[in-house]
Amino acid sequence: MIPAAFEYSRAASLDDALAKLRATNGAGKFIAGGHSLVPLMKLRLSEPKVLIDIARIPGLSGIRKQGDRIEIGAGTVHHEVATSALLRQACPIVSEAAAGIGDPQVRNRGTLGGSLAHADPAADYPAVMLALDADISLKAPNGVRTVKASDFFRGLFTVDLAADEIIVSVQFNPVKSAAYAKLYQRASHFAIVGVAAALGVSDGVIRSARIGLTGASSHATRLAEVEQALTGKPASKQTIEAAARVAGAKLEPVNSDIHASEEYRRAMIPVFTERALTRALERAS
Amino acid sequence: MSQVSMTVNGKVRKATVDPRVLLVYFLRDQLRLTGTHIGCDTSQCGACTVMIDGRSAKSCTIFAVQADGSEITTIEGLATNGQLHPLQQGFWEEHGLQCGFCTPGMIMAAVTLLKDNPSPSEREIREGITGNFCRCTGYQHIVNAIQHAATKR
Amino acid sequence: MAVSPVLPKLVGERVKRREDPRLIQGRATYVDDIALVGMQYIAFKRSDVAHARIRSVDTRAAEAMDGVEAVFTGAQVAEFLAPMPIGTPFPSPEHRAVAVDTVRFSGEPVAVVVARDRFVARDAVDAIVVSYDPLPAVVDVELAMTGKPTVIHPAFPNNLAVPLVPAGTGVSADGKVDDSAIDEAFARADLVISQRMVNQRLAPTAMEPRGVVAHYEPGKGTMTIWSSTQNPHILRTFIAALTGLGENQVRAIAPEVGGGFGAKINIYGEEYVAAAVSKRLGIPVKWTEDRSEAFVATTHGRDILGYVDLAAKRDGTVVGLKLRLIADIGAYNMLLTAAIPTLTTMMANATYNIPAIRATVTEVFTNKTPTDAYRGAGRPEATYFVERAMDMLARELKMDPAELRRKNFIQPSQFPFATQTGAVYDSGDYEKALDRALKNAQWDRLKAERDKARAEGRLVGLGLSMYVEVCGLGPSAALPTGGWEHSQVTIERDGRISATTGASPHGQGNETTFAQMLADQFGVPFEHITILHGDTGVVKQGIGTFGSRSQAVGGTALHMAGSKVKAKMAKFAAALLEAHEDDVVFENGTISVKGSPASGKPFASVAAYAYRPVPLPEGLEPGLSDEAFFEPSNNTYPFGCHISMVEIDRKTGEPTLLKLVAVDDAGNLINPLIVEGQIHGGLAQGIGQAMIEEVVYNEDGQLVTGSFMDYAIPRAIDFPRFELDATVTPTPVNPLGAKGVGEAGTLGATPSVVSATVDALSGFGVKHIDMMLRPEKLWRIIQGGQS
Ligand SMILES: Cc1cc2nc3c(=O)[nH]c(=O)nc-3n(C[C@H](O)[C@H](O)[C@H](O)COP(=O)(O)OP(=O)(O)OC[C@H]3O[C@@H](n4cnc5c(N)ncnc54)[C@H](O)[C@@H]3O)c2cc1C
Ligand code: FES
Ligand code: FES
Repeated sequence: MIPAAFEYSRAASLDDALAKLRATNGAGKFIAGGHSLVPLMKLRLSEPKVLIDIARIPGLSGIRKQGDRIEIGAGTVHHEVATSALLRQACPIVSEAAAGIGDPQVRNRGTLGGSLAHADPAADYPAVMLALDADISLKAPNGVRTVKASDFFRGLFTVDLAADEIIVSVQFNPVKSAAYAKLYQRASHFAIVGVAAALGVSDGVIRSARIGLTGASSHATRLAEVEQALTGKPASKQTIEAAARVAGAKLEPVNSDIHASEEYRRAMIPVFTERALTRALERAS
Repeated sequence: MSQVSMTVNGKVRKATVDPRVLLVYFLRDQLRLTGTHIGCDTSQCGACTVMIDGRSAKSCTIFAVQADGSEITTIEGLATNGQLHPLQQGFWEEHGLQCGFCTPGMIMAAVTLLKDNPSPSEREIREGITGNFCRCTGYQHIVNAIQHAATKR
Repeated sequence: MAVSPVLPKLVGERVKRREDPRLIQGRATYVDDIALVGMQYIAFKRSDVAHARIRSVDTRAAEAMDGVEAVFTGAQVAEFLAPMPIGTPFPSPEHRAVAVDTVRFSGEPVAVVVARDRFVARDAVDAIVVSYDPLPAVVDVELAMTGKPTVIHPAFPNNLAVPLVPAGTGVSADGKVDDSAIDEAFARADLVISQRMVNQRLAPTAMEPRGVVAHYEPGKGTMTIWSSTQNPHILRTFIAALTGLGENQVRAIAPEVGGGFGAKINIYGEEYVAAAVSKRLGIPVKWTEDRSEAFVATTHGRDILGYVDLAAKRDGTVVGLKLRLIADIGAYNMLLTAAIPTLTTMMANATYNIPAIRATVTEVFTNKTPTDAYRGAGRPEATYFVERAMDMLARELKMDPAELRRKNFIQPSQFPFATQTGAVYDSGDYEKALDRALKNAQWDRLKAERDKARAEGRLVGLGLSMYVEVCGLGPSAALPTGGWEHSQVTIERDGRISATTGASPHGQGNETTFAQMLADQFGVPFEHITILHGDTGVVKQGIGTFGSRSQAVGGTALHMAGSKVKAKMAKFAAALLEAHEDDVVFENGTISVKGSPASGKPFASVAAYAYRPVPLPEGLEPGLSDEAFFEPSNNTYPFGCHISMVEIDRKTGEPTLLKLVAVDDAGNLINPLIVEGQIHGGLAQGIGQAMIEEVVYNEDGQLVTGSFMDYAIPRAIDFPRFELDATVTPTPVNPLGAKGVGEAGTLGATPSVVSATVDALSGFGVKHIDMMLRPEKLWRIIQGGQS
């Protein structure tokens, strides 16, 4: 409950944040909502020497419509995402996933950017970002770049984020026919498996499908085999059942712990894939 | 050491704190507002719940320095002019507490719950307090207490 | 004289708690809220291995840190603190509060830091370097019994803490065992249900972790110790003994206590260390337990393995029961550890006429946190083993589980009922509770609902459990501390009443229920009564709050003390009223002659007279204060019936509790609102045991469920609305007729939920499922089956 000592400063802007981080020579970390970092620090599983608070950087939070796309600022808290009228209407999967994160207090402080940067193997957002094929905007002292979600999550707590970069926002095309289904671990309420499914449906045919999976392995991944099995098929219960059946079959390695063995987790991937797809399809009509 | 200034229960408090001091320790040890409790070290039990800038938050998962410039309400600041808050009244009327250890955090969580949803269903109440553990009551009287406050407002 | 208002009778009413205003406003004082001038903080360096010899403990870096007052290794502590005592008559290995040369479970303290604040203390703990020579660890209780791969205490071969305690038919007081009756019973049975059942290890998890402030004042030679405890008087006794002080030099205070659930009965190493360190350094010290610490350092509960054989005739008549119990008590004996499993054998008779019973218990050391009482303490285990076996029998015989129970009940005419296992049940009407529960649950409709759901392919099941509990502990012979309770009632000069109780509540609401009782007894306003507790400097004597004893035993002591004072006050009143003391009545704040209320004197004026008795009535001393010790002649035996409905998700194995109907009979109730709260809380823990709680160790003896990330305690969304009701069968054991209710919920709910789950999955051929009901476990049953 007592973290190791550190120094603290608050960033006034993105540039200020980046400058302050650089000045720590690798000993510093950003803190946004702190709801991944502080729990680790309390148990001394993380002992950064400097914390740079980015929570109050103007403009880092907010949900905006940008032409056809939606942009969510990295500093946006889960509660705002869960209750956003824009998202609930145009892209309900994001609100749905946000509403299932932790508990109300966690949702009042935890941020999208923090969740993506931390990349907990059981975090909910990464699966959703994969399903939405989101672009993640990163800023470094020397410029801005955009990474596809499918390239961003690389391994256990490992993402494509350089030591001198900050996540600024994510952008995606809203998909109405998309849903997130999660098997809750009874103690932590994190996902044992979580599946995000986004479908493009027209004239009763599934034109495109993207499935993101979390909880099952070291990091969130797409389920390409399911996507293939869906694309071009009639938008029906049968299609979904058949496609879901193969979900995760090729995934290696799969996590195992007291809450769910590898075998059970593997078996749950098709179940929650089917549930997410079923709800996504319902939303298509 | 850092300087902080925050409004706690309507009073401006300025202090020098070690950055590693969690808000809950700042409130408890430095301001002697001991109504906010600590029930875990993994940010789950909610015993430490306070309101920060109008929304419930776990004060064990935020450093006091992060709250610099914020407005904090703790259980001690909930009653106004000696008048119990409807939730406090509800917990009393409906026997929503036994040992009372979870109660301040539970009440602060419920304040935000009712602010967002003034007439919640039983299911919504139960979901609204998932971030708060109570080992004594089995929650039923807590649900009643929140319903009591919702209808009496 | 002004007409006094008519005061309502309060006993039996849903009176709002008077504890609440301070608690709902953040104005209560728990241990960690206490700050003393000059107080320093204690922190413990704990073993991160389960079993090892300590090679060295290097404290130099810690000692050199700014703000560190002192660092003590186990060997240094041993120089000023004797080994920890236990409270049971069983043999016990030496147990040091801080390990000296060997650690025997992960989390055992190896060194103590005293520092300026909690931050420095924690930093210093990190700076201590301990090196270990690892020893093999044993976590499987049946393996431990073979003495392999390790013997934890050399004086206890095969790790047998208690080799075997027999109880039941044919076992005589001197331990002689005659098997003829039990053998004969099994020989004439038509069938025998045999099942190995695990009553798994649990973490009690009061929301307030433990904490202690110890303040030795060298000038006075006295010690004040505040602790989050259920029994300050027992704490005082043990702290005095271990610090070499007299009990009259130690004041123990249980301030506001944030739940106990049995785990705060034990007197812990941290309490002894805080007291001893304060005495040694002459400064006040505080220790506050982190939750991560609590998971390893606060005693666990349950962890009893049962081999159950239930013998019956085809018509459902039970003829015999064998219960072979193996208790995994962890690495050491604590205060009551060894006694808890004997409560399981004691309650093996359950609510049934069972002609022959043999129950044995063996207690075994393993490299785990020690066990001790946890809500129910031995009785939930007994209920679980017997009720699950009854359920299996009903299924085998294709009988309705309710009808099987009905067929075997001990009948109301049989009370007091001497069981095969040495208890004497005070009173009971089991069929009445069963019938009420069946009616409230609409059992037949529920069965139809279940069958309909099944026809739709849903996995829905029903479970029913009876229970009988031993409460109101208990006669002094049954408890090493003595089994009485104490109270002192004082009418102050102004007519206000102060009463003390040795029962030390931590959520039970005794300040309210006891005030209700005195208000009625003296006919005075509830607001005029104060109940004092939890401080040995104020409450002269006491035992404490556990075993659902505070109302039945503590409440009775209060009533007795009140009666004594009332009798004396009647004499003063009689003198004032020029009447006979037998003719005065106490009501509505006045004392008057029976039949002529207008003659009455205000209660306060009689009190004032007693303190300035001019003239002093003959044979009376001034003042109005008296005390009573109540020694119950027996325990009480509340009972009830819990029915549940569970649905299993066919795809994931996740169980959902759809319904829980409880009928509890705790005798007369002082405050039904508080009783309901007690039952709700017990149900939550009982359901928690069935569905989501389990302490898990890996094979190295590391605790896997060391935080709320992995150990689930129930949340609000885990429950439906509980449906409660009560039958009332008073006990003859005390004048209140109250039996006790604190633990009831943990007895019936657990087997009822497990039986409902087995019922839901019966189509897959399953007969028993060990707790906890992990989704994966249920999913495997569904996968392996054919339904
Ligand atoms: C009790 C509890 C339950 C939870 N349950 C869930 C759950 O069910 N599902 C789930 O998905 N999550 C859950 N979480 C985690 C929660 O969602 C976190 O809030 C979130 O993962 C991190 O966001 P944050 O803003 O709090 O990040 P912080 O803790 O502030 O930071 C996390 C990491 O990200 C870095 N970082 C933060 N922001 C940026 C940025 N903009 N650019 C670059 N790096 C950055 C930090 O340096 C740090 O390393 C839970 C947390 C708690 C305490
Ligand atoms: S103390 Fe903050 S969540 Fe438990
Ligand atoms: S009242 Fe004791 S934990 Fe909630």
